Amino acid sequence: MILAKQLQETLTIHPVNETDRPSPLKKVVYNNTIRIENLDVYIEDQHILKDINLSIPEKSITCIIGPSGCGKTTFLKTLNRMHDETPEVKIKGKVYVDDKNIYDKGVNVIDTRKKMGLLAQRPCPLPMSIFDNVAYGPRIHGIRKRKTINQTVIQYLQYVGLWDEVRGRVRSSASRLSIGQQQRLCLARGLAIEPEYILGDEATSSLDPLSTKIIEELFIKLKDKYTVILVTHTLRQARRIADYIVFMYLGKVIEVGPTEEFFNNPGKQLTRDYLSGSFS
Amino acid sequence: MKYLEEKIFKIIMIGAALIIMSGLVYIIGTVFYKGLPSLTWEMITKIPGGGFYLGKEGGVLNAIAGSVFIIAGALLISLLISVPLVMYINFYLPDKSPFANVIRFSLDILFGVPSIVYGAFGFALMVYMGIRASLLGGIITVAMLIMPIMMRSLDEVTRLLPRDLPDALLSLGSTKYEMSKVLLRKLMPGLMTAILLAVGRGIGDAATVLFTAGYTDNIPTSLGQPAATLPLSIFFQLGSPVEEVQNRAYASAVILTVIILILSFSARYFSSKFSKHKS
Repeated sequence: MILAKQLQETLTIHPVNETDRPSPLKKVVYNNTIRIENLDVYIEDQHILKDINLSIPEKSITCIIGPSGCGKTTFLKTLNRMHDETPEVKIKGKVYVDDKNIYDKGVNVIDTRKKMGLLAQRPCPLPMSIFDNVAYGPRIHGIRKRKTINQTVIQYLQYVGLWDEVRGRVRSSASRLSIGQQQRLCLARGLAIEPEYILGDEATSSLDPLSTKIIEELFIKLKDKYTVILVTHTLRQARRIADYIVFMYLGKVIEVGPTEEFFNNPGKQLTRDYLSGSFS
Repeated sequence: MKYLEEKIFKIIMIGAALIIMSGLVYIIGTVFYKGLPSLTWEMITKIPGGGFYLGKEGGVLNAIAGSVFIIAGALLISLLISVPLVMYINFYLPDKSPFANVIRFSLDILFGVPSIVYGAFGFALMVYMGIRASLLGGIITVAMLIMPIMMRSLDEVTRLLPRDLPDALLSLGSTKYEMSKVLLRKLMPGLMTAILLAVGRGIGDAATVLFTAGYTDNIPTSLGQPAATLPLSIFFQLGSPVEEVQNRAYASAVILTVIILILSFSARYFSSKFSKHKS
């Protein structure tokens, strides 16, 4: 609860209309977490993210919600510098990960990405075997010992509950797994690089309800060790698994709060309208 | 009216397919019909004897060996240049990069340059470098001919790769080089097709090797020696007034066709083997 209060105090909320409550603007600095200051993102001439100020509490699940095109995915990509690949994207502001601005000159992009395990919208297994998919990350990050790699692969396949299902055929192609299994494999692959943060970009949107449930349970399990940041367009999912909600609209952060409070007693008119389904 | 349109269009489509297939059957049929009777074991195991061009003993092993050597060398050179170039414009340069577009445009122009121009250019280059008509000259010139074909077809399949895969690799902390290696595995069937197209074009081309590889009745034993090729062998034999020699030209054409068919089938086999992890 203290964390929740701290979080609320970190908000920089842009007043939307007269019915809004006044918001505290005090900033609190956390250790080992993500802090975003005055972040603006432009894609060509379009201003996509507008003056984002946010702190993400550690070892919890933060869900970013908002209507399509509000900048959720763009925001997530700023956290692991995936925009570096598209020169049209211009980024201003600061993103502190473990108290280091990842956009400072001289910061190694690979180190930054290694800290962030990403789970994409659709599972994307690498064109290799189940085993090699999980072993890929450790291998490219310099682990050569066969025994260590074997242990890592088994450990993370067990962690995502896939080991019992694929035991005996770990050398067969990853593309033969079901979509739900593939997504768990991708999670195991991401965890095998030993990140500190888990980013999920609508990670369950292509899955069936049962696989969705398994992935959601995994996220809940993950927050014991990792800081989890999820983009989702399902309010129910956010309500089920999130500890904190960030509501974005047209590139701005409108409201942030602990899940219960956010859903039961939203502070902004815009949030109330969104939650009631007036727009989506 | 609606159904009539549908019917007419269907007839046109089936007709087009039949024309293409019958064309293939007719060409292969003619070559085999005329060539098979003259195709002897001697043809493929012996080099031309003294009276070969008058219809006497010998075979075209010199041309088979020359063609194989030239295409193998040219393939090696063009692979060494094409693969890095395609990786560079697709994975290192950003999307919509003007430089990548300039490269693609240049490749399109090179793609359309007639092979005799490559032959003439290769010849000029050899004169400048002081190389005689030789295996090396043929290899370099054929490499120039097939490189744009290989690059362009590899580029086309590379552009079709879904964006998710590079993103997944980069987000795991891969360097671009590590990413390219995995993507190349995914591109293996496309690379095989590119090789097949390039080899098919290169091995059957006469104009590029006309001035650059020369012609000899012997099998070349070094890069500096001249090399015979199957297309030129067919060309010279077909120009002979002796009927037996003319028939041998068709037999040589059978050999060339069979080589291309073998390459084609093996490329398909290997591409399906390499793509067993495709998703």
